[in-house]
Amino acid sequence: MTTVAVLVEAREGTVTQPTFEALTLARTLGTPVAVWIGDAPADAEAARLGVHGAEEVRVVAVGDDARLPAKAAAALADATGDADVVLMISTFVNKEIATRLALATGAGVVVDAAGAELVDGHVETLQTVFAATWNVRTRIATDKAIVGIRPNTTQATPAETPGAATVVEVADNLPETRETIVALEPVPAPEGVPLAEAPVVVSGGRGTNGDYTLVKELAEVLGGAVGASRDATDEGWISHEHMVGQTGTTVTPALYVACGISGAVHHRGGMQASGTIVAVNIDPDAPIFEISDFGVVGDLGDVIPQAIARIKEVRGA
Amino acid sequence: MRILVTVKFVPDLQSQRSFTDGSVTRTGDDGTMNELDENAVEAALQLKEAAGEGEVYALTVGGDDAVAAVRKALQLGVDHAVHVSDAAIAGSDVFGTAKVIAAAVEKIDEEAPLDLVITGMAALDGLTSMLPTALAAELDWSQLTLASGLTVDGTTATVVRHLPDAHETVSASLPAVVSVTDEANKPRYPNFKLIMAARSKPVTTWSLADVGIAPEAVGAGAARTVVVDASPRPPKEDRTVVTDTGEGGVALADYLLGKGLA
Repeated sequence: MTTVAVLVEAREGTVTQPTFEALTLARTLGTPVAVWIGDAPADAEAARLGVHGAEEVRVVAVGDDARLPAKAAAALADATGDADVVLMISTFVNKEIATRLALATGAGVVVDAAGAELVDGHVETLQTVFAATWNVRTRIATDKAIVGIRPNTTQATPAETPGAATVVEVADNLPETRETIVALEPVPAPEGVPLAEAPVVVSGGRGTNGDYTLVKELAEVLGGAVGASRDATDEGWISHEHMVGQTGTTVTPALYVACGISGAVHHRGGMQASGTIVAVNIDPDAPIFEISDFGVVGDLGDVIPQAIARIKEVRGA
Repeated sequence: MRILVTVKFVPDLQSQRSFTDGSVTRTGDDGTMNELDENAVEAALQLKEAAGEGEVYALTVGGDDAVAAVRKALQLGVDHAVHVSDAAIAGSDVFGTAKVIAAAVEKIDEEAPLDLVITGMAALDGLTSMLPTALAAELDWSQLTLASGLTVDGTTATVVRHLPDAHETVSASLPAVVSVTDEANKPRYPNFKLIMAARSKPVTTWSLADVGIAPEAVGAGAARTVVVDASPRPPKEDRTVVTDTGEGGVALADYLLGKGLA
C-alpha cells in the first residue's frame, strides 16, 4: 500500500482549493493522509479533508516559528516517516521545505509538476518548461518521492468513499535553527479567489496606463482574479502580489485574458500553460498574439467595455 | 567582507531552448549568465562598496562554455572567477550540484573565511529555486532565501521576504547563504573599463578532484530524478487575431461565450 502525505495549505484556518486538488491527485497514487502544520484545524476543516479522501489528519501544532523552512521541513519529516510520496503545492516556500525534506530523507524531488502517476513502482511527473514550450516527464528514482504540484492542474473532486480524517497529533520536536523571524507583517488576503488558484485570470500591463478599472471590471464579469505584468508592478500601478511571471506568480487558469500586455518571455513563463489565452493589444506585432488562441488588435478602452456589454447582454437575454 | 556569488550558464531566454538527452541544451552560441544572477552580483558588489573593503568571487559549475557566466560577472566588477568543470558532473541533480558548489565554497573559505554566498532567486532554465536551500543545508550555514532586501550589520545578516501571506524579516548570523529576488536591486551595466579589465582577469578552473569530490557522488548516476521524456509542445492551432474596426469587443465576447468561458 502506498501512503501519500499531502501538506495542507490553509489561509486563516480555511483549507485552500489546491489542497483538495492535491488530495484528489494523491488518491490516484495511494492512500492519502493530510499533514497540518500550525494551530489544530477546526472539525469542519478536518472533515473537508476527509471528504477529499484523507484517512488521517496529522497535526503538528506549532506557531509562526514553523514558517522557517528548516523548521517546517523538520515538522513534515516527523509527520511523514511512513509516507512513500509527499505531495505539496508548488509555492516558493514549499520548494524550500521540499529541498530540506529531501536532504533529510534521501527522497528525490520534482517541483512545479502538472501531474504525477505511478509507473512500475516509481513516481513519474509531468512538467511544462521553457515558458511552457516543452513537456518533460521525470522519473523519481528513489523509493521515497516528493512532488510539488502546481495549482489548477488537477480537478478537485470528493472521494467516492470519504476518508476517516482521524486527527492524529504529532509531537513537535522542532530543531533549533540558525534563523530567527524578527518581524512578521501579514499581507491582507486577496479579495476573491487568489491569483494562483483562479480559474480565470484577467491581467493588465503597460497598455492600461495604470488604470485597472476595466481590467477589474472584466475580471469581475468573468469571475476571475486580477493579474499584472512586471512593467505594471514596477510602475507601482498595482501591488507585487498581482504579478504574473516567472519571478512572480505562475498561473494555469482555464482562461487567461491579457490586456495591454506585450508578452515578454518573463511574462509568458508565468502564464503560457493556461488553457485558453486571449489578448487585447494596440500593437499588432506584440508577441502575446503568437501564443493567443484569440486576439484583438485594438484599444483597451474601446474593446473591453464593448466585450463586457456584449457578455452582459447575451447573459441577460 | 568576503562574498561568493554563484552564477549559472543558461540558454538565452530569447533563443530556441531545447533538451538534448534529457538535459537542457547549453551551448556557447545561445548561452549567457542567468539574468537573475545579475541581482546576486549587484547585491554582493553593493555590500563590498558599502563596507569599503572586501572581495567578491563569482563561481560557476558547468562545461567549457559555462566560463561565459563568470566572465560576465567579471565584467560587472567581481574580483575573482572560479569555474568548476568536470565531465563527471554532467547530469547532476540539484543535490549533486549543491555538493560541488559547497566543496568549492569550503575550499575558498579555508583560504580566508567567507561571510556570504549570494545566489539569484532561480535559474531561468529550470526555475526550481531549490539550489540556495540545498547549498545552505550542505554547508550547514544560515539560510536567508528569497530576499527582496538584505542588510549586514556586524556578524548578522537580515533579509526581508515578501511572501504571499506575509512579509517576514529574518535574521541569522554569518556565514549565510542568501538568495536575492529581482526586487532586491537594479543590476548595473558593465562599463567599457570593466569589460576591458575583465579580459585580462584570470579564471581559476577546478576539477572535482581539486575540490575533493568523488566522481560517483555526483553526476547522472547519483541523481535522484531522471528525465525520461522531453518533447516540444505543439504550437497552438486555430489562432485568430482580429483588428478592431468597431466590433472587436463583440468579437471577443462572442469567442468567449462560444467556448463556454463567459
